[in-house]
Amino acid sequence: MNATAATAHASAHAHAGPHELGFLRTYVFSTDHKMIARQFLFLGLFMMIIGGILALLVRWELAWPETPVPGMAGILKETGGIIEPSTYNMMFTMHATIMIFFVIMPILAGSFGNFLIPLMIGARDMAFPFLNMLSFWAAALAGVLMLGGFFVEGGHAAAGWTSYAPLSAVPDYTGTYWGQDLWCISLFVLGVSSMMGSINYITTVINMRAPGMKLFRMPLVVWSLFITAILLLLALPVLTSAVAMLLFDRTLGTHWFLPSGGGEPLLWQHLFWFFGHPEVYILILPAMGIASEILPVFARKPVFGYHAMAFSLIAIAFLSWVVYGHHMFVSGMNPALGMSFTITTMIIAVPSAIKTFNWLGTLWGGQIRFTVPMLNALAFVSMFVIGGLSGIFMASTPVDIFIQDTYFIVAHIHYVVFGGSIFGAFAAIYYWFPKMFGRMTNSFLGQLHFWPTFVFFNLTFFPMHIIGVGGHMRRIYNPTQYEFLLPLQHWNVFITISALCLGVAQIPFAVNFIWSLFAGKKAPVNPWQANTLEWTAPAPPPHLNWGPTLPTVFRGPYEYSSPEVEEDWLPQTRPLGRAAAAVGRH
Amino acid sequence: MLNWWLPENVSTYGADIDWLFHLVYWITGITFVLVAGALIGFLIAYRARPGRKARFTHGNATLEIVWTVVPTLILVILTMLSLPAWSRIKMHVPESDVHIRVTGKQFNWEVTYPGPDGKFDTEDDRTFDNEIHFPVGKPVVIHLRSKDVIHSFFVPSFRFKQDAVPGREIRQWFEITKPGKYEVPCAELCGFGHSGMKGWAFAHTAEDYEKWLAANVNAPAASGESPPAAGGAAPAEAKAPGKGKK
Repeated sequence: MNATAATAHASAHAHAGPHELGFLRTYVFSTDHKMIARQFLFLGLFMMIIGGILALLVRWELAWPETPVPGMAGILKETGGIIEPSTYNMMFTMHATIMIFFVIMPILAGSFGNFLIPLMIGARDMAFPFLNMLSFWAAALAGVLMLGGFFVEGGHAAAGWTSYAPLSAVPDYTGTYWGQDLWCISLFVLGVSSMMGSINYITTVINMRAPGMKLFRMPLVVWSLFITAILLLLALPVLTSAVAMLLFDRTLGTHWFLPSGGGEPLLWQHLFWFFGHPEVYILILPAMGIASEILPVFARKPVFGYHAMAFSLIAIAFLSWVVYGHHMFVSGMNPALGMSFTITTMIIAVPSAIKTFNWLGTLWGGQIRFTVPMLNALAFVSMFVIGGLSGIFMASTPVDIFIQDTYFIVAHIHYVVFGGSIFGAFAAIYYWFPKMFGRMTNSFLGQLHFWPTFVFFNLTFFPMHIIGVGGHMRRIYNPTQYEFLLPLQHWNVFITISALCLGVAQIPFAVNFIWSLFAGKKAPVNPWQANTLEWTAPAPPPHLNWGPTLPTVFRGPYEYSSPEVEEDWLPQTRPLGRAAAAVGRH
Repeated sequence: MLNWWLPENVSTYGADIDWLFHLVYWITGITFVLVAGALIGFLIAYRARPGRKARFTHGNATLEIVWTVVPTLILVILTMLSLPAWSRIKMHVPESDVHIRVTGKQFNWEVTYPGPDGKFDTEDDRTFDNEIHFPVGKPVVIHLRSKDVIHSFFVPSFRFKQDAVPGREIRQWFEITKPGKYEVPCAELCGFGHSGMKGWAFAHTAEDYEKWLAANVNAPAASGESPPAAGGAAPAEAKAPGKGKK
C-alpha cells in the first residue's frame, strides 16, 4: 500500500466516524497501536518490580552471605529466610531474564515502538493492527509462563540468563526440571511475539509514512526503532530455534549440546551469542534514538549531524552480527577466530563514538532546559559513555582473559542496560507521558526520582569495576569462601547498601506515575514546543490519531531556533514560503 | 586508580596483560575526562537564559570526519598491540616437560600427573583433588577437560583463565615466576556448588618440585591409601597435603 492509498483508506475510515468499541475491544483486545503501547508499558513496569526485588535479594546474599533476609522468612520457610545456593542461582538467572526480555524489550521496543512509529511518521495505525494485538498477547502469555516457573517443583531456571549447555541441557546438573523447561517455552513464545511486532514495524515505516515524510526526514527515534525491528526480525529466530533445541535435549533425548551423544556444548554459545550480541543493540538502539530526540528539543537546536546519526545506526546494525565471538574469547573456541572478533569489536566502538560526539555537538551553543526528561536523557549519554569505554577493556583479548566472568563484566553490562537503556526508558516515559495519557507528570517528584537514582546508580555499579579488577567472579554465592576476595568484601556491603537506596529511589517514580495517570494536570497538545508529528495530534490521540486529514511534512524534525521564524521551534507540518502560498490557495 | 586493585601478577605473560590493561585504562580514562568535561562545560555554558537564541547549525562535515577517523586509528592501533600478546598467550603452547591434566567436575578440580612414563591414561598416573603442584621458571602445560558441565580454570595472579568444555581437551600454558600458594576458583557457573568450587595452586622452586614429585607421583612403592584400581598396582602414597588416588 503506498502512502496515498493508505491516506485515502484511512480517511475513509475517519469519515465513517468514531464507532463505539466495547470495553474488551478498547482496553483488552485492542488493535489500536496506542493502547497496545500502554499495555506493553504496564507489562514492563510490573515486571520491573519483580526483577528489581530479585536483584536486591542477590545483593543481600553477596553483602551478608548466608544470613536471613529480613521479611523473607515467610517465603523461604525451610531455611528461615536464608537464601540457599540453588535459590541464589535461580534469583540472578531470573533477574537478568526478566529485566532483559520482560522489562527493557517490552518498554523500549514494545511500548515506545508501538506508540511512536505511527504517530511520528503520520500513520493512523500499524500496517497489521490485528497482528499487533497478537504480538502483545503472545508477550503477555510468555510473561505468565515465565512467572509460572517460580511455582514449580525444583524451582525456576538456575543456569544463568545465558543458560550455557550442558548445565542447562541436563536437568540433574542443576536440579531444576520444569523451571528450565518453562524458561525455554516462554522465550519461544516471546520469539513469536517479537517476530509479529518487528514485521509490523518494518512494514509500517517503509509503506505508511505521511506525504512529505521522506526517510531522511524521519525522527531519529523512528530510525532507531526501524533498525531495532530489523535486528529483532533477524536475531530473535536464532534464539527461538536454540531454546527449542535446548528443550528437545532436556525432554526428548536429543543431543544437540551434549557431548555424550556427539553434540557440541559450544554450539549453544554460538547460537546464543549470535542472537545475544544483536540483542544488546536491540536494548540500546531505541534508547539512543530517544536521547537523539530529547536532546534537540531541550537544547532548542537541530540535532548535530543528522545523517551521521542515521548512518551510524545502520553501521551498528551491520557490525552487530560479526562481533558476537567476543563473548567467547576463553570459551575454548579457536583462538585464531578470537582475533577476527577482536578487530570487529574494536571497530563497532566507532559508530557509538560518533553518536556521542554528535550528542555533545547538539548541546554546544544550545539553550538547555533542564526538564526531567532532559535530565534522564543527559544521564543516558554520560552513563552510556562509561559503559561504552569499559567495553574496550574486554575488546582487548589479552585483558579479557583476566576480566572475563568477573564483576567488571557485571559493571559494564549495567552501565549499558541500566545507565543506558533504563535511563532512556525513564526519559521516554517522562517525555511522552503527556501524549500517551493526556496528563503531565509532576516535575518535583520527577526530580526526586532522578537525582537519587543517578547518584545511587553510580554508587552501586561503579565499585563493581573495582572488585572485578580484583578478580571477583560473577555468579558466586558467597564471596567469603575465597581468601583473595576477603579484602574486597567491604565493597560488597557498600554496593548492597547503595543498591537498596537505588531501590527506594524508585518509589517517587511509582507515586508520580500512578498519581499523574489519574490526577495529573491536563496536558496541552504540545507541552515541550517540539517539532515532530505526534505533537500535532490531540493528547491523548484518538483512535486513528488525526481528524479527517493526515499531516503533511515539509521539513526535517529538528528545525529548532531556525532564523526563518520568530519562535525557536518550527513544526514539521508548518508550511513556509512557496509551500505556504500553495496551501493558502487551497 | 582502578589498577590498585589488580591482584599481584606472578606469571611471565601477566606483565603483557597488565601493560595492555593500563594502556586501555589511560586511553579510556582520558577520553572519559574529556567527554565528561565537555558535557559539563556545555551544560553550564549553554543553560537556557532569556533573550538568547540557540545556535542554528546542522553539523560540520570536517568535525564528523575527525571524530570518525581519530577513534578508528586509536582502536586499530590498540588491536595491533593486543593481537601479538593474544597469539603468544593462547595460540602458541611452548615445549615443556611439565604436563598436567586438569579435569573439572561438579564441584572439584581433578589434577592428574602422567607419572614416570610421561604418558596420561597409564597405570602410573596420579590424581589429586583440588591441588596442583608445579615448578616455577618453566612453562607448565595444562590439559583442560571437563566431565560434566563447563567450568573455568581461573588463577587471578597468573592472569590465567580458560573454560573447560566437556567433550574436548584444551591445552593452555603458564610460566610462574614466584613460588607460593595461589587460589584456583572456578569462574564459570557450574551448578549449585559453583561457589566454593576451588583448589590451590602450589608453585614450587625446582628442587622442592622434584622432592614433591618423588614423594607423591614417582613413588610407586610408597605406602598410603590403597587405590581401588584393578591389576594390583602398588598403592600410591598420599603424603600431605595431597590425598593421592588413582
